[in-house]
Amino acid sequence: MVRTQKKKIRWQRFLPVYLLALPGFIYLIINNYMPMFGIIIAFKDLNFAKGMLASDWCGFDNFAYLFRSKDAWVITRNTVCYNIVFIILGVILGITVAIFLNEIRNKIAVRFYQSVVLIPHLMSWVVVSYLAYALLSTDVGFINQSVLKPLGAGPVSWYTEPGYWPVILTIVHLWKSIGFSCVIYYSSVIGISTDYYEAATIDGANKWQQIRSITLPLLKPTVITLTILNLGRIFASDFGLFYQIPRNSGVLYPTTRTLDVYVYNALMNNNDFAMSSAASVYQAVVGFIFIMIANGVIRKLSAENALF
Amino acid sequence: MINSASDKAVKVLANVCLTFLSICALFPFVLLIIASFTENGVAIAEGYSFTPSKLSLAAYEYLIQEWATIGRGYLMTIIVTTIGTAVGLMMTAMFSYALMVSDLPGHNILTVMVLISMLFNGGIVASYFIYSNVMHIKDTIFALIVPGLMMNAFNIILMRNFFKDSVSKEILESARIDGAGELRIFAQMVLPLSVPILATIGLLQAIGYWNDWTNGLYYLTKRGGSAYYTIQLILNQMNEDIQFLASNSAKLGIAVDTSDMPTTTMRMAIAFIAILPVLIAYPFFQKYFVKGISVGAVKG
Repeated sequence: MVRTQKKKIRWQRFLPVYLLALPGFIYLIINNYMPMFGIIIAFKDLNFAKGMLASDWCGFDNFAYLFRSKDAWVITRNTVCYNIVFIILGVILGITVAIFLNEIRNKIAVRFYQSVVLIPHLMSWVVVSYLAYALLSTDVGFINQSVLKPLGAGPVSWYTEPGYWPVILTIVHLWKSIGFSCVIYYSSVIGISTDYYEAATIDGANKWQQIRSITLPLLKPTVITLTILNLGRIFASDFGLFYQIPRNSGVLYPTTRTLDVYVYNALMNNNDFAMSSAASVYQAVVGFIFIMIANGVIRKLSAENALF
Repeated sequence: MINSASDKAVKVLANVCLTFLSICALFPFVLLIIASFTENGVAIAEGYSFTPSKLSLAAYEYLIQEWATIGRGYLMTIIVTTIGTAVGLMMTAMFSYALMVSDLPGHNILTVMVLISMLFNGGIVASYFIYSNVMHIKDTIFALIVPGLMMNAFNIILMRNFFKDSVSKEILESARIDGAGELRIFAQMVLPLSVPILATIGLLQAIGYWNDWTNGLYYLTKRGGSAYYTIQLILNQMNEDIQFLASNSAKLGIAVDTSDMPTTTMRMAIAFIAILPVLIAYPFFQKYFVKGISVGAVKG
């Protein structure tokens, strides 16, 4: 009797908690878990009349199609190489700017610089594509008309010349993300105890020596953790950057097309379910492997930063 | 001080570099704004420039004519951002609270569910298939609100950590002993103490909704869904088709003469109109924005 009453009280207490969790639970099921089972489309010869479950299985045929095309290699190479370049330059620039911010003692100036370099991060990729167009358009772009023309150089057709794009996309990426990464590194720079610097100053160390022997070594754990986390996402690409900035131009694909752009075009423009689902599952699975490796490494180095 | 000369050099270098970076961050926006006020013929002849030989308001006059479409786009952006942020934030807070009740039966299942959603996803095509063929959200307002943006594991973890740090266990226990139900504890104790994290995550979510264009790209068709186009989607559509505004206004029953449309400068004018509210509001939420980013970094 006592026991059932206790149980009743327990449920009276927990039922509201379940109700609180319910909307989020349903959302996770719809948004995250149902698509995980949706992976089976990649192994099906999709027939819309039959629907997803009733369509015929086709094993790894879709993947065979994908990897037989030379696209698979190009999109993988682009995704991975851009990410590596972005990670390296992002760390170097982010830390440099964060250290510079830390050298400025005037609080208002720090806030001003921080806010201004963050403005690009606040904009959508569509807006950034308009800014890029204002600079790069062949006939009315600022660079062709106001920079190259006065120098006597002919107009460059930026949107049809794949060779320039690794540089353009890297600059645009850094332009948009530098504010974000410097805020992150700055918050760990200001976390360093001032005692170290005071002691170093008493010992006669100048600013350069302090940066070299105090700031940089103490930033190392943050840098390592963030870099490994970013390496874990090496198979993901920023769809907005690679879709909007080159204006989804086919001529530029050899140097601009990444996995996400490929999947989008195969799915929405070519209605090629086989190719797009294979590429999307390829990305999800390899991405998962990278995240697991990254997490394993971080758990060894600094357990408190690991995801689990 | 022995080192004052070299220390001064560092300070000067820091200021010079940060000024240069600030200029780099801002100059494309300045170019965009000046371009939008340039006379269309001049823009075609001289290109977009900081010093056009003739200014004009023609682009904006034309945009006012097209207000039916643009105003609607703004309205949609505001509706989607408000509903999405409010519902998503509530959902995140409620779910995070459930994760904090550690003696809840099934607590571990909920935790693991969040964790797995961080590590693995079904990929874009599977999500697309589920949302369009199982949930049937194509060409509805849900297409802009539901997919991807409402709640994510990252925000749940931030929120739960904040709850744990700011609401002491003892207070919760004594409230339970005094007979307060979990709903009451959540609404009257946890939420009021968590205003900072609610503001931070809410802001990040609102920016996410305001800037989103990918959901519309996937789930709104040009024929059936253009009534739901937000300002970002109008911009995106105009990238493909500068006549879009006029053709859409015609669909809404407004006759527009497109023969003298100042297309070259109008692009820039509408982009400026799209970013103007963000630029105006930015100084007021700037502090929380910076905080949101650095809070997220602590638990990367």
